Amino acid sequence: MPPATTVNPDSDLLTETVFEHFQGRHPDLPPWLLQQKRQSWMEYRSLPLPNRKMESWRFSNVRGLGVDPFALANPINGHSRAALVARSQDLDSCAGRMVFGNDDLLENSPLSWEMTEKGVIFEPLQTAFSKHSEILEEFFMAQKSALGSEKFAALHTTLNRNGTLLYVPEKVEIRLPLVSRHWAFGENAAVFPHTLLIARDQARVVFVDVYSSSEASSRQFACGVSTVYAGSGAEVEYHHVQNWGERSLSFNTLTAIAQRNSRIRAFGMNLGSKYSRNEGHSIIEGPASNAEFYSLTLSHLDQEMDQRTRQTHRAPHARSNLLFKNALLDSSKTIFSGLIKVDKAAQQTDAYQTNRNLLLSPKAEANSMPGLEILANDVKCSHGATTGQLDDNQLFYFLSRGIGKLAAQKLLVFGFFEEVLEKIDNRELAEFHRRLVQEKFKRS
Amino acid sequence: MWLRNNLNHQNGMRSLEVENLTVSVEGKPILNNLSLTLPKGEVHAIMGPNGSGKSTLAKVLAGHEDYVVSSGAVLMDGENLLELEVDQRARAGLFMAFQYPVEVPGVSIANFIRAALNARQGEGDSFDAIAYYRRLYAEMDRLGIDRKFTSRSVNEGFSGGEKKRCEILQMAMLEPKYCVLDETDSGLDVDALKIVAEGVDHMREDDRGILIITHYQRLLNHIIPDYVHIIVDGRMVKSGDKSLAIEVEERGYDWIKEEMAASV
Repeated sequence: MPPATTVNPDSDLLTETVFEHFQGRHPDLPPWLLQQKRQSWMEYRSLPLPNRKMESWRFSNVRGLGVDPFALANPINGHSRAALVARSQDLDSCAGRMVFGNDDLLENSPLSWEMTEKGVIFEPLQTAFSKHSEILEEFFMAQKSALGSEKFAALHTTLNRNGTLLYVPEKVEIRLPLVSRHWAFGENAAVFPHTLLIARDQARVVFVDVYSSSEASSRQFACGVSTVYAGSGAEVEYHHVQNWGERSLSFNTLTAIAQRNSRIRAFGMNLGSKYSRNEGHSIIEGPASNAEFYSLTLSHLDQEMDQRTRQTHRAPHARSNLLFKNALLDSSKTIFSGLIKVDKAAQQTDAYQTNRNLLLSPKAEANSMPGLEILANDVKCSHGATTGQLDDNQLFYFLSRGIGKLAAQKLLVFGFFEEVLEKIDNRELAEFHRRLVQEKFKRS
Repeated sequence: MWLRNNLNHQNGMRSLEVENLTVSVEGKPILNNLSLTLPKGEVHAIMGPNGSGKSTLAKVLAGHEDYVVSSGAVLMDGENLLELEVDQRARAGLFMAFQYPVEVPGVSIANFIRAALNARQGEGDSFDAIAYYRRLYAEMDRLGIDRKFTSRSVNEGFSGGEKKRCEILQMAMLEPKYCVLDETDSGLDVDALKIVAEGVDHMREDDRGILIITHYQRLLNHIIPDYVHIIVDGRMVKSGDKSLAIEVEERGYDWIKEEMAASV
């Protein structure tokens, strides 16, 4: 790494020289990874920026998606590190926690001796890339982005350098959740968080990713990828809390692969960013498996929450469900585009997709594009989308009890969200989600 | 009784006064120059045939926006009720038990009532959760509501009787100055009616006025009203004591209508 004094800050911008500078900063990458990054960098440069003519970017405000003003994030100094770590103690009961700040590991509360003995790996990618290269060479970025963000996935692969590897061996059950807390710090900082969760056959695990900025009002660029593998009979619950600073641009792609008899439940909470794009893809790989995607969004001001999903059924007798609920304040905007795709081989599929939007302001805009593509002939599939306002009768009922309009609205939004929150078994975790919604209301 | 009533009349600070109220819905007049005084410490019943305007009165008092008051006034302890917003009326001490309580998925009864109590607190007042639950459970026990209902969503999937009991529970918890019960007896079986009636009767006290709007007199077997008023075609046509309700039960409303026609 060149001495800090010779670094021109401009050189860290996400422009065409950024990869060189990234390599300068991180000279010790394993050869397989460097090779992968080189390839991704070429791919990134060859792919076009999104435009609205692309089906996968319909309704998106693509003008704001330029990444040039953002720069590779700098390390965080000692005092601020400690402050961020102190703010990361969300769950009292968890089996392990890692805290990242600008993609550096700030704290690692290790697993219990028992879990380590059983072979559970909960490790920052930075060290896992060499230490567990046999896992990472096989699984890291093995799933292609399919819902429109190919370019951003390529940028992620190029510039990612840290994140979570969670590996749960066969038949190992971890009762308490594990947590990774990702912080972005500093104006215009770019971060590339990654999560790779592998639950082997009949393993059970709950994992929580929380993404936030040191300041709720800050502007950063976040480009993340999460991949969840559930082996045969495994049960995985994955939480994804997007709470980046409210002037930020953020992307995340989640892919969940369900093997035979497995069950994956993914919970998304979208609160932060100026523009956030979440792509969620559940892939039914094995028969009789079950993938459920749930998401809650509370948007305000001029936030835009762009959600694209796909439920791909490749195996028979399986089930997938999706419920995305958006509550929109002010002149915020949401986009939901979802597709249920059932291959010919996936007979006796049960697949459902629901998007519900609650408009709390006349200026808010919810776009919904549900879709089905079914090649099998013996399936049960449905999709539905509704957009509505607060129910007048409910509101009158609340008012007639002396509850003011704002408080009533807030309670009704909580009521709207409860359909998803009540599905979370861990009470502390459900409470954590509720607290985040509460905090968002305080910012409104 | 008469003496106290007269004293109360002189003291508008202790009564809910409806004065010459005329109300229309979508241009159609529903209440016509209606007056009523409900002093604190009394229970009044309003009876009338279907479409007489009974429920309209309840909704106008609560402040429902569908109803337009074209003339008249409503004073609650001397305060002009019609100038207040719906939530302000409630915080000022008015409570309406709904004929058809709405279902609110996702909002638990405990959180709902708590929010209503919070709305009555001053800025910075702390909320004593333990005392709250102690009171809530006591009231639920009295109304025969299973304590598990605290975490049930408001009215969702409730039977008719459960909904009405839940209304009375809210009324008991909020301790209003004036209660308006809009056909609270409708849809109740004999047992539920008794429980609900006892719950209401329990709330009778010197500092509270209760207005019971009903089609039948059966609720009045359990809560003996101080006065019974009959509304026909949006007009108050007759007032009396409990015996009037019994007369209506036996003879229906037609004789009153005939009396009215004869007097015109």
